[in-house]
Amino acid sequence: MAQLIDDDPRIIEFDVRTDEMLVNMGPQHPSTHGVLRLVLRTDGEIVSEVEPHIGYLHRCAEKIGENLTARQWIPYTDRMDYLAAMNMNLGWSLAVEKLMQYQVSERARHLRVLIAEMGRIASHLVGMGAYGLDLGTFSPFLYAFREREKILDLFEEACGARLTYSYITVGGLTADLPPGWLRKCEEFLDQFEPVIQEYHSLLTTNAIFVKRTAAIGVMSPELAIEYGCSGPVLRGSGVDQDMRRDGESIYTAMYDGYAFEVAVMKNGHYPRDHAYPPVPTDAVLGDCWHRFFVRMLEVVQSMDLVRQAIDRYSACKGPLGEPVKLTEKIPAGDAYLETECPKGQMGFYLVSDGSAIPWRVRARSSSFSNLAVTHELCRGCLIADVPAIVGSLDIVMGEIDR
Amino acid sequence: MADFLINTVGLPEWLAWTITAFVAAALILNVIAGGALVFIWAERKIAARIQDRLGPTRTGGRFGWLQSLADGIKLLAKEDLMPEGADGMLFRLAPYISFCASFCAFIALPFAFDFVGQRLNVGVFFVVAVLGLEVFGVILAGYASASKWSLFGAMREAAQVVSYEVPLGMCVVVPVMLAGSMDLVTIAEKQAGWMTNWYLFHDPFTFVIFWVYVTCAVASVNRAPFDLAEAESELVAGFHTEYSGLRWSFFFMAEYGSMFLVSALAAVLFMGGWNGPIPVATLVGLSEGTGDTANYFVRLIGCGNLLLKATLGVLLMMWVRWTLPRLRIDQVMTTCLKYCTPIAAAMFAGAMLWQLAFPGGVVRGLSRPAGEIREGWLEGPGGLSPGRREPVPHVGAVGAMESQEVVQVVP
Repeated sequence: MAQLIDDDPRIIEFDVRTDEMLVNMGPQHPSTHGVLRLVLRTDGEIVSEVEPHIGYLHRCAEKIGENLTARQWIPYTDRMDYLAAMNMNLGWSLAVEKLMQYQVSERARHLRVLIAEMGRIASHLVGMGAYGLDLGTFSPFLYAFREREKILDLFEEACGARLTYSYITVGGLTADLPPGWLRKCEEFLDQFEPVIQEYHSLLTTNAIFVKRTAAIGVMSPELAIEYGCSGPVLRGSGVDQDMRRDGESIYTAMYDGYAFEVAVMKNGHYPRDHAYPPVPTDAVLGDCWHRFFVRMLEVVQSMDLVRQAIDRYSACKGPLGEPVKLTEKIPAGDAYLETECPKGQMGFYLVSDGSAIPWRVRARSSSFSNLAVTHELCRGCLIADVPAIVGSLDIVMGEIDR
Repeated sequence: MADFLINTVGLPEWLAWTITAFVAAALILNVIAGGALVFIWAERKIAARIQDRLGPTRTGGRFGWLQSLADGIKLLAKEDLMPEGADGMLFRLAPYISFCASFCAFIALPFAFDFVGQRLNVGVFFVVAVLGLEVFGVILAGYASASKWSLFGAMREAAQVVSYEVPLGMCVVVPVMLAGSMDLVTIAEKQAGWMTNWYLFHDPFTFVIFWVYVTCAVASVNRAPFDLAEAESELVAGFHTEYSGLRWSFFFMAEYGSMFLVSALAAVLFMGGWNGPIPVATLVGLSEGTGDTANYFVRLIGCGNLLLKATLGVLLMMWVRWTLPRLRIDQVMTTCLKYCTPIAAAMFAGAMLWQLAFPGGVVRGLSRPAGEIREGWLEGPGGLSPGRREPVPHVGAVGAMESQEVVQVVP
């Protein structure tokens, strides 16, 4: 008998063979950040293949954009990345302004920086809190939302909405800030600064957190560039690119005179990294920990930018300027503009035939490209790593499916 | 109670014992189930406070103290769904196995000297063994649910709980060795007196092994950061994904029952059981000889002592759960096999050597040496007879002991 088994490899193979199992993670799953469906091919706890399926939140936003005027489409951009609607408004407004060659007032420019960076903080807070949730800790999520609520309160005071703002619009902003808003904003920043240390102790430096994220889902800079990743996902791999600095002039002009350093690891150091917890020795550049850490650094960076914007905005005595008319005609031609949204580079493309309604509208979603890399990162990981990796990409389905 | 029924009421022996058993079972079941409700409420409130929320505030007037009951009623009224393709019998059986395993273990757990369902001379092993049965319920649930997530949960639970029983067993053996008995009542009795008599402070090795026990206990009852079998961010809800209504609540009760049990076991094994940190009863002269009522009172206080210690353990688990992220399955196994087991083994050997070198422990308490307390099963005229026991002094009273014959157990 022993002879027979030795001779016939198929028998041995059958004896120890384990079955692969196809598992559906989502679209109804606690940790897929909305309605993402991942099909996992698993062998026990090991995942051999991950295939993301999208389209569950498709709302024809781009087609709708071809039936509305440019300003009317602003509320639809709110619903793309609904966690950073301000930045979406800004992206579309700038793309239209680029085609119209429209120049907003100095005061509106600084107010836009202020609002966009506050939006970035709000978005990264969700990304950070939800990432803790993906790793099984609930409390940091609520601590993050506690602070986000305060930002939403500020936004509500400025524009009346808490999620879908439509505040930044083509030609400026819908309204100026109410009196006393800047003081409240400064109070929030002063109160928020020490709270970040709390997140660092609960997540960034937590031994279990480091164990779960360090050297998991390592993405090389080449891979990140190949897949068109952007935002913190790209910078987490050590690629030094930030549209606020490297983008088109109409966008970078907005940040003219603002001092900020791109949060990326250069020569083994993050900018001003003495102020933050040290990088754990297990962490490899491009892993989940670095992607998370870049987001944490960007929160601090954005706070800095907001402070600068407050100073410049209050120094500007000129008028804010009125946004363009709802039915303003767009000159014929096309324009494409990428802006640095919290999740990555969000591009808007529009073609105009000279009427008020764009002939074509397209959006390039950063989350879409960032999600595409999942199957490369998840090859051969454990089931528990799948939420850890997908969470570190910080995707939002509203933007992917549009 | 059985003696009372036989001797005073005059019932036949079998009937008396049956009634006693039923009364004891009903008492344990209700106390533990009621306790589970309180703990579920406490967890809601504590989690809420940790997370800057309020938690339930309205149910029951104030503090939402009736929230668990309201939830229970809701669960009773819910439809019990069973997925298509599930193994019906096993699916129905699984929650009861978990529940029974968790609650049966309380039979041997002494709440105070005489407050014990059934005093067993292998009490420690009974508790650990019966608690280990809980995993069968989980595996059955995972297998019978016909859901892939459930199956993953069950496999994780099987791997984890079976591994953690090894270091857990080693931790439990140390107090057994120090006491020279597997009887939980005797073990707790030997730690009577000042806090320094607790096995936690017996020697450095027992102090370390207590923390190993805490780790293993958290892992073996599936609480965060070791709650892999029901990891909601990975496995939806793990082994109980397909359960709803009352069957699901049985799993829930079993979890809280087990949490309380391992905490109470820690209290008995390492923290003197029902003996408080200061032997108040002895200091004020409330020991045996002062009458049955006084004795009863002392035991009631002792019962409160044990409940307090066990509750502290449960609160610790809640605190940990709402603070830490979850480990991965391979890291959980590494923690067990690479850290807990070797440390437990080393500490076991260390405690053994210490016991040879300094049999009395680091600091002797003010009461009599631990060795002077007699073994439970040696008591009474017939040795192992299950009949009426002579009351053994509750807490150390040197004067009282001198007149009695002392059986030395530890050389």
